[in-house]
Amino acid sequence: MPLSALLLVPDLSFVFAQSVSGLTAAMFLFLIASGLSLIFGVLRVLNFAHGTFYMLGAYGAYQFVQWTGAGGGRFWLAALAAALGVAVLGGIVERFLFQRLYGKEELYQLLFTYALVLVLGDAAKIIWGTQQKSLSRPPGLTGALSLFGATIPYYNLFVILLGPAIALGFWLALQRTRAGRFIRAAALDRETLGALGVNVRALYTGVFVLASFLGGLGGALITPMRAIVPGMDTEVIVEAFVVVVIGGLGSFWGTFLGALIYGQVLSFGILFFPRFSIFSIFALMAAVLIIRPWGLLGRPLK
Amino acid sequence: MISGRLWALVILASAFFVPAAGSRYYTFLANDVVIWALFATSLNLLVGFTGLVSFGHAAYFGIGAYTTGILMKTAGVPFLLAFPAAGLVAGLFALVFGFFCVRLTRIYFAMLTLAFAQIVWAICFKWNEVTGGEQGMPEIPYPSFDGVERMAAWLPFLGGYKTSEYFYFLTLVLVAACLWLLSRIVGSPFGRMLTTIRENPERAEFIGVNVRRYELAAFVVAGAFAGLAGGLFGIFNRGVFPDFAYWTKSSEVLIMTLLGGMGTFIGPSLGALVLIWLNQQIVSYTQYWPLVLGLILIVLLFVFPGGIAGAVESAARRLRRSNQVA
Amino acid sequence: MLEVRELKKSFDGFQAVGGVSFSVPQGSISAIIGPNGAGKTTLFNLITGHLSPDAGSVTFKNREITGIAPHDLCRLGMGRSFQRTNIFPRLTVFQNIQAAFLCHRGRGWNLLAPVDRFYREDTQALLDSVGLLDKAGEVAGFLSHGNQKQLELGITLALEPEILLLDEPTAGMSAQETRESIHLIERIARERGLTLLFTEHDMEVVFAIAHRITVLHQGEVIADGTPEEVRAHAEVRRVYLGERR
Repeated sequence: MPLSALLLVPDLSFVFAQSVSGLTAAMFLFLIASGLSLIFGVLRVLNFAHGTFYMLGAYGAYQFVQWTGAGGGRFWLAALAAALGVAVLGGIVERFLFQRLYGKEELYQLLFTYALVLVLGDAAKIIWGTQQKSLSRPPGLTGALSLFGATIPYYNLFVILLGPAIALGFWLALQRTRAGRFIRAAALDRETLGALGVNVRALYTGVFVLASFLGGLGGALITPMRAIVPGMDTEVIVEAFVVVVIGGLGSFWGTFLGALIYGQVLSFGILFFPRFSIFSIFALMAAVLIIRPWGLLGRPLK
Repeated sequence: MISGRLWALVILASAFFVPAAGSRYYTFLANDVVIWALFATSLNLLVGFTGLVSFGHAAYFGIGAYTTGILMKTAGVPFLLAFPAAGLVAGLFALVFGFFCVRLTRIYFAMLTLAFAQIVWAICFKWNEVTGGEQGMPEIPYPSFDGVERMAAWLPFLGGYKTSEYFYFLTLVLVAACLWLLSRIVGSPFGRMLTTIRENPERAEFIGVNVRRYELAAFVVAGAFAGLAGGLFGIFNRGVFPDFAYWTKSSEVLIMTLLGGMGTFIGPSLGALVLIWLNQQIVSYTQYWPLVLGLILIVLLFVFPGGIAGAVESAARRLRRSNQVA
Repeated sequence: MLEVRELKKSFDGFQAVGGVSFSVPQGSISAIIGPNGAGKTTLFNLITGHLSPDAGSVTFKNREITGIAPHDLCRLGMGRSFQRTNIFPRLTVFQNIQAAFLCHRGRGWNLLAPVDRFYREDTQALLDSVGLLDKAGEVAGFLSHGNQKQLELGITLALEPEILLLDEPTAGMSAQETRESIHLIERIARERGLTLLFTEHDMEVVFAIAHRITVLHQGEVIADGTPEEVRAHAEVRRVYLGERR
């Protein structure tokens, strides 16, 4: 191969590093988008506030660390506590507010989730201010690995492994547990499920709680890598929408696939076509909707 | 009952006196309201009358603004041509985007409108040479009002106003014309066909309505008028910026439409008035306007889904019924 | 006038309609009967273009109409009512009928004229003939079930059809309403020289007015003929044993 051709190909270790960063971003997005996809699959609602739960998870983890101090296993405790807190919030919102909108027009439900974005977003601003916050990486996962000439932080590796682990665990739960079977049934035909005596209302609340937990966890875990700022909610929700559309609204593995595709397109898009990277993401979303609206692995809505 | 048309004329006439009666601030507010009223009414053609929920209507607003901005600032085209161009270009984009959107239903339709709007935003954000990129296009020139100044020699009441006030009068006239046109469209057989689509698309098909074609037509008309509103807004705002097409702008105008009442023609204009006025009031006390807006939205959704106009209508109906009984 | 040949339709492996053929002569009143799940509504949807058949054809007035979109079909002279009442709920009774006239007579693309002045007399005449003139100003969604069915009939008639396809026109009605409804439908069909094809559960209705009856069972035709022939048909009696009214 002529030398000139070699010069056009970017450094292989650089490509690898980009790929890893794309993978990391993908796993975070998967964590967040899976909650969004779950809510859509069962409740048939696109939850704009999901990004806000993600943000609250991040702020929650930060706050917990402020109270208990960093160090030791505190980070993990903080992340868990934040995710649980967000889950509880989600449950309250669903049980006492969102439930009243079932049966009303879809537009109202959508706008309600958007109202949550406004209210909770500003609530976060009131409580934590507008200055950037951040958390340092937990001890034990500081430092980095050298692989193929690229430096991969351990924390990134952790996230990359965590993603599929959670995916697998989640999928197993859906397939093997009773609750999981109910959730899958509800996604297919909720009326029949109700007629069979299953408490569909409680199921909906449970789904919302679980999804919010996932979103909050994603937010908590991203704190060592990204700054916690207002606006991170609207930024992530659009990304989550793209992922869920590409993979298929309501499809679990579709979300996983969509997140992977999104991560790679974004990181390599920035590399090769920096001006078109944002455009290409939305163009991909539009293309999927035009050609195959129910996404790569989704099923057509009834 | 005084006819609606008379009320409209009265409101229009009194709107002309805002610069004389109020301060510059009130003229600014009124100008804002008038432009957004057009934007919201154009959206309502889709949402309220055809039943199509679009999350990307700001795309056409942005396209209109950039068209007028680019033509007037970069190419020196006079307003008389740049303004209709905004509507034309926006309508063309609506035709292309809408062609794909109307093939989808409900949530997929909404998502595709959102995707197209974000594409428009991304292009405006990154195409530095043409759109000014992230910085946008500040200092869009006002249209030239020399002609009016010269006419003031014969018609003295035309003279002595500031440029911003002349622009306000111009906006009033143009928006009034657009709203009148839209009201004719809504009240026409075409508009009636749109409501049949909203009420029952399956039945509409079986009275001969080619639902896709009508929906596309509604999309184009709505997009064109949104573009005209955008063209005006770019000048009014003294600059055109990428966030004109961002999805949060689409949600703003959607909330406005809901607030005023999606089921009526004047609802969205009412929503524009109330929301902009409220925004100005709240912003002077606190920076947490989104919180207030969110709370208002929640109250609306749970208590007054018909918006202000809807609430007024049902109150009037209850009054009439109690009068009949008594 | 209407001919159906070997129509087939399957959903996810379940064959809803499997090779159905029959014909409807002009000016006749024909009925399709069969137990629940026999495929009657699917068959209707195939004829009226709401579904595309996997195989087979539909011919109307010697013209192949298989798979033609519904909005084009009603221009050709086919009118249809639906099993679940299909009207425009938030429009008034008058507006419901007027909308059908507007579209059918090609005014749908008029963007500027005020809509109220169109077809006032025609709408009122039609409302009168279906017995809803006194309710012209009422919002359609608030009408009784029976009135809504009348309205739906009116909407269909406004399209000046030559054939009327009615899917379970008396579903959900009391005995009194059923009698009135059938009387109305038969009178209108006679007055306007319409061909009528309807599906029904109520055997009394069917045997009272139908000239020809086609019996469907599990997606296939098991009998086809005059009421006397069908009543005496062995398999029909077997299928309906225990289901006869």
